[in-house]
Amino acid sequence: MVVGPSLLSVKDLCFERDDTQIIDSVCLDLSDGEILQIEGPNGSGKTTLLRLLTSALTPTRGNIYYRGKALSECRFEYLSDLLFLGHQSAVKVTLSAEENLSWMTGRSTVCEELLSALDSVQLTGYSDVPCYRLSAGQQRRVALARLLISDAKLWILDEPFAALDSQGVALVEDCMQKHLDGGGSVVLSTHQPVAMKAVRRYSLMDQAIQGAV
Amino acid sequence: MISNTGFWAFLRRDLLLINRRRGEVASPLIFFIMAATFVPLATTPDAELLKDIAPGIIWVMALLATLLSAESLFASDYQDGSLEQLLISPQLIVMPVLGKVTAHWLTTGLPLTLVSPLLGLLLSLPTDGYLPMMAGLAVGTGCLSLLAALGAALTVSLPKGGLLLTLIVMPLYMPVIIFGSATAQYSIQGLAWTGPLAILGAMLALAIALCPLAISSVLRLTTIN
Amino acid sequence: MNWNWFYRMGSPRWFYESTSRWLPWLAALTFVLLAGGLVWGLAFAPQDAKQGNSFRIIYLHVPASFLALAGYFLMATAGAIGLIWKMKLSYMVMKCAAPLGAVLTFLALFTGAVWGKPTWGSYWVWDARVTSMLILLFLYLGVLALQYAFDSKDVGNKASAILALVGTVNIPIIYKSVDWWFTLHQPATIRFTEAPSMHPDMFQPLLVMILGFYCFYAVALILSVRVEILARERKTSWVRERVKQATQNTLGAGL
Repeated sequence: MVVGPSLLSVKDLCFERDDTQIIDSVCLDLSDGEILQIEGPNGSGKTTLLRLLTSALTPTRGNIYYRGKALSECRFEYLSDLLFLGHQSAVKVTLSAEENLSWMTGRSTVCEELLSALDSVQLTGYSDVPCYRLSAGQQRRVALARLLISDAKLWILDEPFAALDSQGVALVEDCMQKHLDGGGSVVLSTHQPVAMKAVRRYSLMDQAIQGAV
Repeated sequence: MISNTGFWAFLRRDLLLINRRRGEVASPLIFFIMAATFVPLATTPDAELLKDIAPGIIWVMALLATLLSAESLFASDYQDGSLEQLLISPQLIVMPVLGKVTAHWLTTGLPLTLVSPLLGLLLSLPTDGYLPMMAGLAVGTGCLSLLAALGAALTVSLPKGGLLLTLIVMPLYMPVIIFGSATAQYSIQGLAWTGPLAILGAMLALAIALCPLAISSVLRLTTIN
Repeated sequence: MNWNWFYRMGSPRWFYESTSRWLPWLAALTFVLLAGGLVWGLAFAPQDAKQGNSFRIIYLHVPASFLALAGYFLMATAGAIGLIWKMKLSYMVMKCAAPLGAVLTFLALFTGAVWGKPTWGSYWVWDARVTSMLILLFLYLGVLALQYAFDSKDVGNKASAILALVGTVNIPIIYKSVDWWFTLHQPATIRFTEAPSMHPDMFQPLLVMILGFYCFYAVALILSVRVEILARERKTSWVRERVKQATQNTLGAGL
């Protein structure tokens, strides 16, 4: 079997703000079907690293390669293949769950797929309720329903388990497992241990990858 | 992944969002009328004197009303993370930005233009001046919205950015105010008012070309940090 | 083409050390020019036929106005270089040019007001140039306010650099509009045009003063950039070394 260039490879990534090194020489590798968990205490730069990976922040030094090509050369391709879920869910509280999901995924509101995704995140019957009437956890679920519909190769999830109950956590894990089985990849940051087998962990403190390969 | 990144998509969505909270559209309008009412009370009800300053007052009030409403242009998108999602969309964000600004203009500049005859009436503006004033406001408030959006983008991450927005944008408004009120004044004095209006149009063209570019680069800088 | 010199110039340390060498000379030149120009202009230049001695304030007013405007473009250019080449030094230059320019603009407005009283009979007149100067002051204040509004210095620098650039695009439009506005409203009583041909005896000291102001601007800017460099690079070894030496010297002198 010929081993092609890995899906995402990060070389010597640094990010500096106000003369403080926030991300210092991070090297990472991620192949198809792999999941990588970014670890580190609060303030260790997890969110910054994920934002660098989404290209929302520009690194001070170092490079990110997508399938062997530098990000600057394949920005469109990379971002088309990317799904990012940040701290804030990007859910508009004045819109209904259905409208939000339709906006985020670019599918029409009457789409069957959309309604079944909302069913799966246990928002049956809430689809046309404005989101300000939903709880924080329910709003988070609206955003997570994106994961069920998306056909992106690479998921970058910042604290996906925040504000979720144990059922919700299981749901997200299930989602990620299906994505991995389909050849997709996941980068996530979380404090909780992830109950999945093949998780590799990258610690921002000792800058090393641990876990199964 | 998000394919809703065009001009029309953002225009439609922002209009929908504004439509769900209509009070936000009414506030700048009511401010516009209310503040102008104070001028005769504070100076003189003399129609002769008022008619000379009417165009100026209407324009200054339009400026203030635009600035007051500008803070919210990117604020909710910033707070709920939509702006961050926009930044990592594969397409250029110039068109979405222009869509948002257009929505802002349609819900502030355009209504202000439409109610301005009422202010003209209150401030005894001669009837000849109505049409030029409205034409000037329609074009000029476009410039005001674009520049206000630039200020809103610069101050989006600041907790009390509203006042700072006003400070940094106001000097940039100077040319628009000058030619905007001149359009109405020319017509009152019986001069050809299309000249200043044409210059306003040129300014609008320049602003449409440059502001969205500047706003998108500013948003990249201020949204995420 | 070899760009090494360009990148070396971007190094704060290189800037600090090379300016240390020639800054005293520049300061001396500034002093000579300013002192010479002032004495020449205030004491030896002939009186103005109409305005008498009051015209002599142009020896401060005109150079200050020149530098106020030139300073804005310098600030914006430094900001642009910072944005394009991500050069720290040029942000420092931009940051220091802002208050300096604002002060010069204020000086131009102040001397203009003082001059206006005997000439126009009022401290403030809505003259085209004076109004443009006032707007320039507002632009400076906006840049300054934005600069310090952010928690992160880097973001503040970049944001105010963009604002300065937007201002640069706007300045010609503002100047032209205000000019046009002035011709529209100009009351007949204050029609004031500057004498197109100044007598050489008056003009030569003005030229010396303008040169002196340029040098003064350079010295003041370099001095404040040097302070900024020391503050931002205080954790680096070369600054620590310098501070150690300086404290030893003063201690030695004190004993």
